[in-house]
Amino acid sequence: MAKLEYDKNGRLLYTKEMNKEYTILCPNMAPIHFSLLSQVMRFSGYNVVCLNNEGPEVIQTGLKYVHNDTCYPALLVIGQMISALESGKYDLHRTALLITQTGGGCRASNYIHLLRKALIKAGLEYVPVISLNLSGLERNPGFTITLPLIRAFVAGLVYGDTIMLAANQCRPYEVNKGETDALINHWVTVLSKMLHAGHGYSGKKMEELLFEICTSFAKIKQDGKKRIKVGVVGEIYVKYASLGNNGLEKFLASQDCEVMVPPIMSFALFKVDNRLEDIKLYGGSSVKKKVVTVLLNYLTKMETRMNDALRKAGFKPLASYSETKKLVNGVIGYGSKMGEGWLLTAEMIELYEKGYPNIVCAQPFGCLPNHIVGKGMIRRITEICPNANIVPIDYDASATRVNQENRIKLMLSNAHINENE
Amino acid sequence: MYRIGLDVGSTTLKCIVLNDANEIVYKSYERHLSLIFEKTIELLQEIKNKLGEDIVSLNISGSAGMGMANHCSIPFTQEVFATKIAANTYLPGTDVIIELGGEDAKILFTSNCPEVRMNGACAGGTGAFIDQMATLLDVSADGINELAKSYEKLYTIASRCGVFAKSDIQPLINQGAQKNDIAASILYAVVNQTIAGLAQGRKIKGNVVYLGGPLTFLSELRRAFDKTLGVTGTLPENSLYYVSLGAALSCDRTLSIDETLEKLRASKASGNYRSLEPLFKNQDEYREFVERHSRSTIKQAEKSSYKNGAYIGIDSGSTTIKAALINTDGELLKTVYCTNKGNPIPTIKQFIEEVYAEFPGIKIISSAVTGYGEDIIKSAFDLDYGVVETIAHFTAAKFFMPNVDFIIDIGGQDIKCFKIKDGVIDNIFLNEACSSGCGSFLQTFAQALGSSIEDFAKKGLESKHPVDLGSRCTVFMNSSVKQAQKDGAKIEDISAGLSISVVKNALYKVIRATSRKDLGDHIVVQGGTFLNDSVLRAFEKELELEVIRPSISGLMGAYGAALYAKSMAPENSVSHILDGERIKNFTHTVKTVNCGLCQNNCRLTVNTFDSGRKYIGNNRCERPITKKSNDDSLNLFAYKLKLLSEYKPCENAPRGKIGLPMGLNMYELLPFWHTFFTKLGFEVITSGLSDRELYLNGQTSIPSDTVCFPAKLIHGHIERLVSMGLKTIFYPCMSYNLDEKMGDNHYNCPVVAYYPEVIGANMSSVKDITYINEYVGIHRRKDFPKKIHSIMEKYFGQFSGKEIAQAVDAAYLEYNHYMLRIKDKGEEIVKTARENGMNIIVLCGRPYHLDPEINHGIDRLIISCGAALITEDSLRGDIEHFPVHVLNQWTYHSRLYAAAKYVSDKPDMNIIQLVSFGCGVDAITTDEMRDILEKAGKIYTQIKIDEITNLGAVKIRIRSLFAALEQEKKNAKGGRS
Repeated sequence: MAKLEYDKNGRLLYTKEMNKEYTILCPNMAPIHFSLLSQVMRFSGYNVVCLNNEGPEVIQTGLKYVHNDTCYPALLVIGQMISALESGKYDLHRTALLITQTGGGCRASNYIHLLRKALIKAGLEYVPVISLNLSGLERNPGFTITLPLIRAFVAGLVYGDTIMLAANQCRPYEVNKGETDALINHWVTVLSKMLHAGHGYSGKKMEELLFEICTSFAKIKQDGKKRIKVGVVGEIYVKYASLGNNGLEKFLASQDCEVMVPPIMSFALFKVDNRLEDIKLYGGSSVKKKVVTVLLNYLTKMETRMNDALRKAGFKPLASYSETKKLVNGVIGYGSKMGEGWLLTAEMIELYEKGYPNIVCAQPFGCLPNHIVGKGMIRRITEICPNANIVPIDYDASATRVNQENRIKLMLSNAHINENE
Repeated sequence: MYRIGLDVGSTTLKCIVLNDANEIVYKSYERHLSLIFEKTIELLQEIKNKLGEDIVSLNISGSAGMGMANHCSIPFTQEVFATKIAANTYLPGTDVIIELGGEDAKILFTSNCPEVRMNGACAGGTGAFIDQMATLLDVSADGINELAKSYEKLYTIASRCGVFAKSDIQPLINQGAQKNDIAASILYAVVNQTIAGLAQGRKIKGNVVYLGGPLTFLSELRRAFDKTLGVTGTLPENSLYYVSLGAALSCDRTLSIDETLEKLRASKASGNYRSLEPLFKNQDEYREFVERHSRSTIKQAEKSSYKNGAYIGIDSGSTTIKAALINTDGELLKTVYCTNKGNPIPTIKQFIEEVYAEFPGIKIISSAVTGYGEDIIKSAFDLDYGVVETIAHFTAAKFFMPNVDFIIDIGGQDIKCFKIKDGVIDNIFLNEACSSGCGSFLQTFAQALGSSIEDFAKKGLESKHPVDLGSRCTVFMNSSVKQAQKDGAKIEDISAGLSISVVKNALYKVIRATSRKDLGDHIVVQGGTFLNDSVLRAFEKELELEVIRPSISGLMGAYGAALYAKSMAPENSVSHILDGERIKNFTHTVKTVNCGLCQNNCRLTVNTFDSGRKYIGNNRCERPITKKSNDDSLNLFAYKLKLLSEYKPCENAPRGKIGLPMGLNMYELLPFWHTFFTKLGFEVITSGLSDRELYLNGQTSIPSDTVCFPAKLIHGHIERLVSMGLKTIFYPCMSYNLDEKMGDNHYNCPVVAYYPEVIGANMSSVKDITYINEYVGIHRRKDFPKKIHSIMEKYFGQFSGKEIAQAVDAAYLEYNHYMLRIKDKGEEIVKTARENGMNIIVLCGRPYHLDPEINHGIDRLIISCGAALITEDSLRGDIEHFPVHVLNQWTYHSRLYAAAKYVSDKPDMNIIQLVSFGCGVDAITTDEMRDILEKAGKIYTQIKIDEITNLGAVKIRIRSLFAALEQEKKNAKGGRS
């Protein structure tokens, strides 16, 4: 068994030794993406498993171990991890946890610390926690973020986004019920095998595969009927994770809607671009600027690749990141970068412009950035986009589903009226 | 064909039947008590009999109807939408509709650019809220209306949340405020909540129409809306039925009533709710439990003709009155436990009278009172001592179990927990205003479900499948309970579920304990709420341990007060308490006056008793009582305020006036920006200190009602600057604060950083002026001059580089100077305090907590307890960088950790942390602060503040801290063996 080693501040490290025998558990924010990403990680030498445990015990565990005023995603993610550890399914002395850390100014960068505090309370302080971040926040000898890892990760993200975007435009219209989901499963299986085996990462191969994916979805027979088009924006976890948003996408589907959820790639681009905006606004090193620009260009190339494939196969991609960014010029400053920052505001306008005037703005109850970029901007957005039909919904351990769905229904009623006018 | 519109709301079932000519042929309105399916079936049956037709159009609406409509495939229309349809038909020419329901509040703007607004997750300011408040006043909702008809004064009551409002109202009750005034204040609170929460900046004007239950039944509520909005709204005919009318009008499918009834009967409640383990597996377990707890009883003294010395202890709690008469051996002679019915005085008077009647010739040696009503009761009956609740409860528990490690007391409104080490209080945990899973919470639910609290508790013991209700705020709990009922949970399951959630709330939210090892081996539980066996059992089960519950669990405060009185007076003394003669002549009158001794202008309640004894309530400082101005020589808060007030505008400046809103980070950066702009030739005008009126003037443009109060105040500051005629306002966005090298980063919190964006996007008054909310980075000293130069030229024409550089230099210099002066003064205060052997409190928070409207005078309260007060920013530089167990990335918050670390080894220093309600960041800092302090053996005291203005709970918290420190000191002197 690997020895427990600590850094000078007493933080338990994830060592190379551990990596030989440990399983790494990570939360599942978006099922398609994360099952692909876990394969990417496996290929890169980390035995990553995505957690899928749900249900009341996840929330109860979260409430027990996390300060109850903390944001809902922290409560869920930590609840999910600890309840997984307590389930008896894992060898606790050969298990580590992985959590992302953006290093931004909102509470999310503290999730990892809340998780550690929770582990101590649960008597599991010997379980190492790995931070996945690009800000150099915490380092571990057994887990290093290398360029090949970033490249592989980005590839996984692009595949995930492409499948999600294509599938969302097929599912509500499919003639043969279940066909879209079956195709998703097919691609997740195929891609998982490939990514795990180290294939599918080269530019050329990606282009081919992305096109193949898109055309396969384009072949799904559609009924041609009109659906209410609803966009979803919000805090990144409750936006994508059904555990966080009480199955929002499923509910909207049951109400006969087409749901558009903007890709995770935009968020990645946003987080990288922030560094450039900081330099522009406040000054900064030119070396840093160069490095960040390279990364930004690389991600932009990937985004173009994804959007090209969608377009060629006849799907409507959303705006590119740079187009989206322009939309919000004069609405909110590019310096507002904490949490989802100006991107959230921009995505609402983007969705509106792309034919999704009905928008659910999903946020954890009391989410700090959302006071600003979500609820805080709706008034201005409706001034620019007169028919925008936005409903902000708060998610929380004890907010009831009925209340949430009732408000969404009001938004949908208005959508029907707008449609008919 | 007949069209039936059914409105299944959160509390009522409303129905309308229309004929082909849109005439109403049938209507009904009744409370459904959550028996939705049963009531609907009855109703449809009746309608069918009446109409004599089976094939009709049917449409359901309402928040509780959604599930039913789904189950039985009946068409459904969202209720706000239904209102809109009905209004279009019946109320043409309407501009705004305000509709309040049981748990929902809605505003519909119907004229140009129609919009509908609905309250979010919180149910503050709705019918349920009014009902809850009525319970507190011991009247019905109609009773509130009657009372409000003749009010004189309005008090500030937070209506955002029922829990907050409660903590505003209870002290008013205990301080003798008139019920009429409280009732009217409640209604005005609802109005403010609706306008602030829903209008969000859109003016309510033109033809206003009121709909829904509360507005239909409560004429005074309509009047309050009229008055506040400056309109004359109308209450149309059928104002209760607009949702059902809209539903009827939206009918688009025919169906058979009989078939529908069939479906309804078949799909009655599913029993499909999340449930937990029962409290008792079997009868044996229950018997063992009852037997074990029956052992902890206290001796009743031989009553008849007791003529010797005795002691009286009174606990005037938030909702109940407890009193105890004990003999010299500490045995009980007489007790009382009852609700205060909105006025504690008569109950206590009766108790004292009964004592004299039942024990003629008794000698009262000493008497003491504790609880919310401590001060008024002490003056009213001339009692000898007041004792802080924590000490009263601890004294009682210790009498029961001398080696007690942990005491948990759950009362009507408070949760008080103490960790005991070496016979003294080692740590105190009190619930925040918001986590009130307490006794009154259970009582409200019991009443709502038509049961007495005793029966309700008993039923919980029998539950087979307790409902899993989580552990959050009362308001949320309301909707969870209703949901569970709809899903078929029985009353016993709800009772057990609520008991479990009370326990979880106390353990996980208040104490933040996760296992029994956090509490210790000898635990005493007390307080009225633990008389409820369901709660007691749930507690033992949750932590898998056994506890002691004294038989007089609910009386422990009073019993402790009596013991305290006993310990304070030698046996030959005579109590001051009103004797038999004087109690006969007891009188009590209440007058409300404005204080006027400072800008707070508190609305005081002056209680006068016979022979001139007086008690003044609702004051925020001691001035109206002592008639002396406050001594602020050892108050760093006051000093900081004074420093800030010295940054005055420089008149006739060449570049004209520029306005700075005094809120959030401007509280610290005023010296910086004031100097910067003054140097450049501007006349810098600030918006000054906040007050209630300023807040109300800005509240309509607040887009997110869950943001912290300091942020909400900014709206008022901007309005004030605009109304002062300023044409330029400077309020910059700042992601980063100055780097004080104490953390891993130096951010501002998202709200401080970007609130200027919210102002720009939501306040129409800044559209016609130059509003500058550019992003600036004062953290980059070298880059800043260049960056700010281009911003200045963007708005004000040319500046020379030198001019800017000089202004920037002066700004940084002044900022540093200001911070140094704070530090120097802090050191001076500490020195004086130490010379006089005083306690020193480091009042931690944010720079903007300096605003008296935000801190509500807590600084002076601390000073009045005889302590000296410094702030966390005066300790800057006194501590080296050290590791913490969080990501230490916000400048203001780094100071908190540093302050906690600093006091760790200073025996005469303690921390009180101010936390604004809704501050997300403090969910992280408070746990870490507590960790740092507890590791050093210090008591961590947190005070949550919001709009709320009463200081009752705060006072208890602060006094408890001082009482514990005092005890510790005594113990140390006595020498621990």
